[in-house]
Amino acid sequence: MLYLGPDRSNNEQKPVVIKDWSAYYAQQAQRVSHSLLQQFYAQGMVAGDTPISDVPLMAMDFETTGLNPQTHGIVSIGLVPFTLQRIFCSRARQWLLKPRYQLTDDSITVHRITHSAVENAPDLADILPELLSLLAGHVVVVHYKHIERSFLDLGVKTRLGEGIQFPVIDTLMLEAKLHRQKPLSLWDRWRGKTPLSIRLHDSRQRYHLPPYRPHHAVTDAIASAELLQAQIAHRYHPQAPVSDFWC
Amino acid sequence: MEIEQIEILDFLKRHSPFQELPAEQIEQVAISIDVGYFKAGTHILSFNEPLDSLHLIRSGAVETFRRNGELYNRLSEGGIFGEQGLLRGGKVRFPATALEDTLIYFIPQTIFQQLFDDNDEFADYVEVGDSERRKSNKATQTSQVDLLGATVETLIQREPVCIGSEASSWQAAQLMTEQNVSSLLILHNSEHAESPRDEVLVGTLAGIVTDKDIRMRLVAENGSLETPVSDIMSTVPATIEHKQYIFEAMMLMLRHNLHHLPVVKKQRPIGVIAISDIIRFESQNSLFIVSQIFRQHTIAELQSLVPDVHACFVRMVNEDANSQMIGSAMAAIGRSFKQRLLELAEEQLGPPPVPYCFLALGSMARDEQLVFTDQDNALVLDNRFDPALHDEYFRQLAQFVSDGLAACGYTYCTGNIMATNAQWRQPLSVWQHYFRSWIEQPSPERLLQSSIFFDIDGVWGETHWAKQLRQLVSQLARQRPLFLASMTRNALTRTPPLGFFKDFVMEQDGKQNNRLGIKRRGTAPFVDLIRIHALSIGSTENSTFGRIQDLIAAGTLPKGRAEDLRDAFEVIVMTRIRHQANALRQGEAPDNNVLPEQLSDFERKHLKEAFQVLSNAQKFLKFHFKA
Repeated sequence: MLYLGPDRSNNEQKPVVIKDWSAYYAQQAQRVSHSLLQQFYAQGMVAGDTPISDVPLMAMDFETTGLNPQTHGIVSIGLVPFTLQRIFCSRARQWLLKPRYQLTDDSITVHRITHSAVENAPDLADILPELLSLLAGHVVVVHYKHIERSFLDLGVKTRLGEGIQFPVIDTLMLEAKLHRQKPLSLWDRWRGKTPLSIRLHDSRQRYHLPPYRPHHAVTDAIASAELLQAQIAHRYHPQAPVSDFWC
Repeated sequence: MEIEQIEILDFLKRHSPFQELPAEQIEQVAISIDVGYFKAGTHILSFNEPLDSLHLIRSGAVETFRRNGELYNRLSEGGIFGEQGLLRGGKVRFPATALEDTLIYFIPQTIFQQLFDDNDEFADYVEVGDSERRKSNKATQTSQVDLLGATVETLIQREPVCIGSEASSWQAAQLMTEQNVSSLLILHNSEHAESPRDEVLVGTLAGIVTDKDIRMRLVAENGSLETPVSDIMSTVPATIEHKQYIFEAMMLMLRHNLHHLPVVKKQRPIGVIAISDIIRFESQNSLFIVSQIFRQHTIAELQSLVPDVHACFVRMVNEDANSQMIGSAMAAIGRSFKQRLLELAEEQLGPPPVPYCFLALGSMARDEQLVFTDQDNALVLDNRFDPALHDEYFRQLAQFVSDGLAACGYTYCTGNIMATNAQWRQPLSVWQHYFRSWIEQPSPERLLQSSIFFDIDGVWGETHWAKQLRQLVSQLARQRPLFLASMTRNALTRTPPLGFFKDFVMEQDGKQNNRLGIKRRGTAPFVDLIRIHALSIGSTENSTFGRIQDLIAAGTLPKGRAEDLRDAFEVIVMTRIRHQANALRQGEAPDNNVLPEQLSDFERKHLKEAFQVLSNAQKFLKFHFKA
């Protein structure tokens, strides 16, 4: 996906800030009415003090027709389960979807998915049972959380009548914390310094991870999973609680 | 369906041993891979922990270690590790640490085992340490060789024509005429069997009779037609085993100037090959060059054959000849140059005042000569040699040969180990004294220059003196631990590198170099090592392979070790040979400096294993001879 700078828009609705995901899941399991969502929440979520190295993680990446979940659709989803020790590429999954909104020429250029490719692809509704059962119990890892979180929430709301909330670890945000804690000083700007890029590719380079061709859902998911492993290896302790990372 | 792990697949398609796999197998590997990131300095594998996957380096660099903490290998992108552990019980043998930030692809044990079992090339790549595999690899190579790899039996055109040893010369001549053959094999006959021991001999070869024997030993001598054929035959003729290479038959015939060579199988003759059979078989080759050498009359004419010698060398490499074939062909050519030069020298200087033996030393004596080589030679003179009267003749003779050899591409020996040096132009008794003093009062310093004298071969003249000297050495050396220890100390001054990392040669201590002196770091210490073992068991063999054969027979080395040495030596020598052939193909002067980037992954891996064998053997040598 594309990164368009830090999120300053604070768009339509302010998302609920959830601290205790474990309690939230337990509560939602009782509250939601659709059976798919009941099952999803019933799987529960690890407590916030669980060490990150014990947490089952799921790298997820969406390729979309644009950036606005109201007017754009999902064309593909990539999933890769992993832990801090190992990324299970052998269990990676990818779906092509028929978006509810037309592919744009721009989006075709970006992710190389064409009209004919998605012509016979399923709708998100068709894969939701499988997608949700895979996501259940996992902490989702993305690079730039606003895409996956908002597209899935709205996509589910449209199809099942209720939205979905889940904890996310955003590798972009972790990178921003490490490199953009304070804005550049006047002095630095005067010397021509520019802020470090925290796009996926540039972030990966800092940890000597190899370049991958971007905008392929599974590849981007693997790339984020590798990046999180690298970030934690370099900057954190594997025993750090998951609550330090998720939001 | 298109697979989703496209980056993994693309990576596999760029690296051995995966890129060589059939498309569906690569895809199968690609979808089974899991991934892990290791920060520089972190442990990837610890000794003896359970191992469930082959490790492939996607990016970064990794070091593996022996149990004692010694560096075992350094690997970069595309490198694999963990294979030894997987093949031997599924536990880590060589602990691994990330040298740089590293991304590892894990290939599950089941997939690895399947590839290893189904795919010989893959197995060879990951397991070059296993001598069985290396051997099978060599066997398939040999079968591709049309000319040089063919065995003697393929030349046999008919059953041998034989007669019992009791037959008369007349019967023999009749049979030869009837069968239209120019040679006849004479067999031990049952009627002559007087003891069970003779019984065993029945049907085995007693001798050979040729047209020439009948002419010279019967007709010219005015002998009776009833003369037993056993009286005119050549007894105990040279023979060759049916499974030996045609090439070896050629060398045997050249060495002994034979025109007919009986081929035996389980000691029974199964045919005869004539020199014409070989010539028909091998038209433009080393044999042809040898025969050309003897037709030239001046040094300039001899010099004109040098391009043919190089072409012959390259041709043998192209045809996948092994190092023994190439080494002995080049030695035979070198020997022929010497012999022809000596003939020419004698024509010019007149007959020698006392008998002499011209010696070849070093690689020529070992039958391991290549194209880019020093001349190392010496003269052994009759004990009646009187310097005042005779030395001028031999000085001139030596000068003539030495200059001639230099003109033909055998550069002067920088250590001045040549017959032109009066020290190495001495009577047999002095040579015997040299050897005694080297062996009986050894010191590493004294032996530094003289190890080359323990590879000697008579090329011309009284060649049995060379044999005598070899036997003297064989008797003396094995009882002299101090001598063997001194030789060992010298042999251990040159060690092999550890392996390769990216485009560098990596040393045991982790330092990196740009190029590999393949002779100094490989073949030379190897030859030294084998020579010492051979001396310690009194072997009179000259070639490294012959010596290894003797070591196997003597059982001095731990089981299987000698075979490993043989395979490792072949790998190193062939690297050197291919390097020199490449230079010749490109019109450059061959040398001994191999650049790592010129080596394929496969060659690097084989070389690394071979260096390991050499390095271990050096440790064993040091311990064994208490150096």
